[in-house]
Amino acid sequence: MTEQPRPLIEITDLVKQYDVLPVLRKLNLTVHRGEFVALLGPNGSGKSTLLRLLCALTRPTSGEIRIGGWSLPKEINAVRAQIGLVSHKPLFYENLTATENLTFFGRLYNIPATELPDRIRQMLDEVGLIKRAHDLARTFSRGMQQRLSIARALLHQPDVLLFDEPYTGLDQLAGGILDDLLRKAHQSGRTIIMTTHQLERAEALVSRAVIIKKGVIGYDEPINPANPPNLVKIYTEVTGMVNAL
Amino acid sequence: MTTPLWRTVFSIIRKDLRAELRSRELVSTMVLFALLSVLVFSFALELDRTARQEVVNGILWVTLVFASILGLNRSLATERELGGMDAMMISPIPRMAIYLGKMVGNFLFVLVVGLVLLPIMTILYNMVLIQIPLIATLILGVFGLASIGTLLAAMTAQTRSRETLLPIAMLPVIIPLLLVVIAAASTVLKGDDAWNWIAVLGLVDAIYAALGLLLFEYVIED
Repeated sequence: MTEQPRPLIEITDLVKQYDVLPVLRKLNLTVHRGEFVALLGPNGSGKSTLLRLLCALTRPTSGEIRIGGWSLPKEINAVRAQIGLVSHKPLFYENLTATENLTFFGRLYNIPATELPDRIRQMLDEVGLIKRAHDLARTFSRGMQQRLSIARALLHQPDVLLFDEPYTGLDQLAGGILDDLLRKAHQSGRTIIMTTHQLERAEALVSRAVIIKKGVIGYDEPINPANPPNLVKIYTEVTGMVNAL
Repeated sequence: MTTPLWRTVFSIIRKDLRAELRSRELVSTMVLFALLSVLVFSFALELDRTARQEVVNGILWVTLVFASILGLNRSLATERELGGMDAMMISPIPRMAIYLGKMVGNFLFVLVVGLVLLPIMTILYNMVLIQIPLIATLILGVFGLASIGTLLAAMTAQTRSRETLLPIAMLPVIIPLLLVVIAAASTVLKGDDAWNWIAVLGLVDAIYAALGLLLFEYVIED
């Protein structure tokens, strides 16, 4: 009998409360290496809070988070080194060029100076921005900004990629390019957790769908690409948001 | 796994200087505000030589304080608006490095304003303000403003009413600094030895910087 590998992300009885308002209520979730998880749920359900907790931007009220065997918040920097975050905000500097931005973040992740220029060129090439490497980030379209964000998140070769509403503000073309980049990142073996309201996109991309309702997991099933479930129907049933869809 | 402190601090300073050299957003706003303020003061106050000697330090430091509040607000708000602060926060760097990097950047920007003001006020108020003890007072005074200001601006940048909140939070806290700065500068202008006051100013700076280093982590995390 083969032993089941230990999950890459283990969340146990996680509670997050802002003042007296509970956002996550004893949430439990495990994610294995290589999974691509869509985190779905209505606004205010706790999806973004969960991502902020996973990248240690905020501390849990109680409960435990372990990523790659490291515990939060005790081994916070070991966890941070394994995580890349792409949010709806650019998370870079408009008055720096694409290369300058990546150089800055590469230094923060302690990437050796001898390795950094090649790594930056490779990342910009992967996201299709190599020709704009020396242009100021403020001259980029929203889609290009999101691609630069992905290059920044991938630069230090993290095991886990977190995407918080990455499609916000993207047109169809830019959304399609982002789909391809997400597929590539998943195929390269990375573990991805993405919050989104775009259920059809999630259905086509991810290997597992998790729906959060009022701070707890309301649905958690793998997605079989050969026979995908009707996520829109499931979402409506779990969240009770018939009119919203 | 943590990136070394000084490598991070220098990277943040270099990033801030490069972005500022390109946009000139912070320093030009602060310099313009400061120049207009000292001009308004010079027209509004009809002063004889003795009165000028008494108020010139007040004018310089009130102007610098308000100019620094403008700059500090902008410096930290930009980090929040575009998520630069979050991007730094999720990287494996000591929180102290973010504070030191931002503080040194803010110090340099406000110092530029002070160094522009000194010769201009020398002309406008017909007093010799370019003297080594006065420049030392300026450097230490601005350092104090930047150390406590960066901490408070990081705190207020997370709120919606940051523009009004920073002066309300900062002005009472910098009163000890202002008292010592004015005492040191007035002593210099009277032609007396001000190095004791300058030493006290260094002590006030050390307290503010220690507060910043100790509290920054708690201020920027939820």
